[in-house]
Amino acid sequence: MNIVVCIKQVPDTTEVRIDPATGTLIREGVPSIINPDDKAGLEAALALKGAVGATVTALSMGPPQAEIALREALAMGADHAVLISDKRFGGADTWATSITLASALRRLGFDLILCGRQAIDGDTAQVGPQIAEHLGIPQVSYVSEIQKVGDRLQVKRMFENGYQRLSVPMPCLLTVLKEMNAPRYMNVGGVFDAFRAEIPVWTVDDLDVDRAQIGLKGSPTRVKKSYTKGTKSAGKVYEVEPQEGARIIVEHLREKFII
Amino acid sequence: MDFQVRREHRLLIQMYRAFAQNEVRPLAKEVDEQERFPLETVRKMARFGFMGIPFPKEYGGQGGDNLAYILAVEEISKVCGTTGVILSAHTSLCAAPIFEFGSEAQKQAYLPALAKGEKLGAFALTEPNAGTDAAGQQCTAELQGDHYLLNGTKIFITNAQFADIYLVFAMTDKAKGTRGISAFIVEKGMAGFRIGKKEEKMGIRGSATCELIFENVNVPVANLLGREGGGFGLAMKTLDGGRIGIAAQALGLAQGAIDETLAYSKERKQFGKSIASFQNSQFQLADMQTRTDAARLLVYRAAALKDAKQPYSVEAAMAKLFASETAMDVTTKAVQLHGGYGYTREYPVERMMRDAKITEIYEGTSEVQRMVISAHLLR
Repeated sequence: MNIVVCIKQVPDTTEVRIDPATGTLIREGVPSIINPDDKAGLEAALALKGAVGATVTALSMGPPQAEIALREALAMGADHAVLISDKRFGGADTWATSITLASALRRLGFDLILCGRQAIDGDTAQVGPQIAEHLGIPQVSYVSEIQKVGDRLQVKRMFENGYQRLSVPMPCLLTVLKEMNAPRYMNVGGVFDAFRAEIPVWTVDDLDVDRAQIGLKGSPTRVKKSYTKGTKSAGKVYEVEPQEGARIIVEHLREKFII
Repeated sequence: MDFQVRREHRLLIQMYRAFAQNEVRPLAKEVDEQERFPLETVRKMARFGFMGIPFPKEYGGQGGDNLAYILAVEEISKVCGTTGVILSAHTSLCAAPIFEFGSEAQKQAYLPALAKGEKLGAFALTEPNAGTDAAGQQCTAELQGDHYLLNGTKIFITNAQFADIYLVFAMTDKAKGTRGISAFIVEKGMAGFRIGKKEEKMGIRGSATCELIFENVNVPVANLLGREGGGFGLAMKTLDGGRIGIAAQALGLAQGAIDETLAYSKERKQFGKSIASFQNSQFQLADMQTRTDAARLLVYRAAALKDAKQPYSVEAAMAKLFASETAMDVTTKAVQLHGGYGYTREYPVERMMRDAKITEIYEGTSEVQRMVISAHLLR
């Protein structure tokens, strides 16, 4: 089984700084990590590799320094890593990103694609599902459990107040939640091996991709304005019985003409 | 000149830090208070490759270098001095001399299990009457055909009853003084070898420190490490490497105490503001971090020299001297900045201060380091 895990390198902070001029992320001076949901996808892939055998490839699109995230994936136990990096991909929104990644995935070949639910910097949750659409394969989002049964996967899809158990044929794409597992530590020797490994860097020229649909130019999304939300007041805490609590909430909503 | 650690070391630090925070820190208080050897942590460290960092893969190691190893000791000692010394004694004082001085057969026989962490190592040089004066060995090893008959007592042995492989020093020819000392690989379970009294210590209380007693132990000739009579030189060279490990332990303790104090000084309010806003706290913290960074550069330099296969004995002595005295100074200041709470066991800085003291004593006291350094200057 060939598993490809899409990972994004993200700034390790909830306070993402945004360039007011371009509306894109400022990466300088912020420590970078593998996006937590993506890291859970990597752990899920490595767990499947341990259980039923698989080749795990980590795939990332980003600036050259995203290579470190891929080396971390290798040090955790991924077999291969590929970086998609080219200035011409810069400024891509989810549409241009998913088109680019789908093209790389076609080149790589796959039985299973794992993506994180969403990235902590952009929070769109769009790239995984869009990749599946571009590739014309089944997808299940918000997955918290994966089991291989025969040639299909049995997965648990989480909702706010319930879950579904689904059986999916392969090839398919799953987006997974960070709550599904605790990613393993890197291995000391694995880190040294990871830095000895060659990580191919694919540019626009290596992919069969429509050049009108990549990078900032190929991105239909236009950021009108980005700003850091002001902090709200502390709010009031009532310690009361549920019925009284409901009454207070309704009263406040009425006061503000919300209901 | 490059004062940055390389990218692979930065990624390792990230991993060590996560491991130390999640696996080591939660046990540190209990390990200290109950004087409990954290065997479960040693097993976990083994799983992720900590027990054989600087040894080649062909001997079961991780194919890393000495800097990678001492970074692990530093990160772990930031949260637990006990676990730091277990790793340091195992790696520097047992696995390393077998790797550096062992025959191919000895390396094949002992190194893989040590490097994989399946077996734990210890080093037995100190005796009741041979501390700093290591040449005054009373233990004897008498050649009898295909084996040596080992007799005597060692004290203050780290990893003690939890170790499986011991590097033991004994006199093979008393008439020759230091040139009559030899080194032997002794295995747990050899007839006549038993563990004696356990020490009750001020700090690093979770690390087992015991007496080793040898009564007519038959040690095969094949277990002689290096040549007969070469034991003293082998011990001194081993301690040169060990000092970098202890220096890293001291460095970790100092940095760990600073990290605790930074957090506390921002939280603790006196006179209506955080104690971090008082200039005394600020100046103390500035001094603590500056001194610790200076220690760090000395420690990393010594490790880098060892990795470059250049002489590092003097640099290791400087690193150990300065880092251990820094650890003592910084942890004492950390307790002071914590005030009355710092003196309680509710906060970890008093433990760090107790742990720091031993780094000025073992694997060569500060006075021995000054002897090594001045002898080099005045030769």
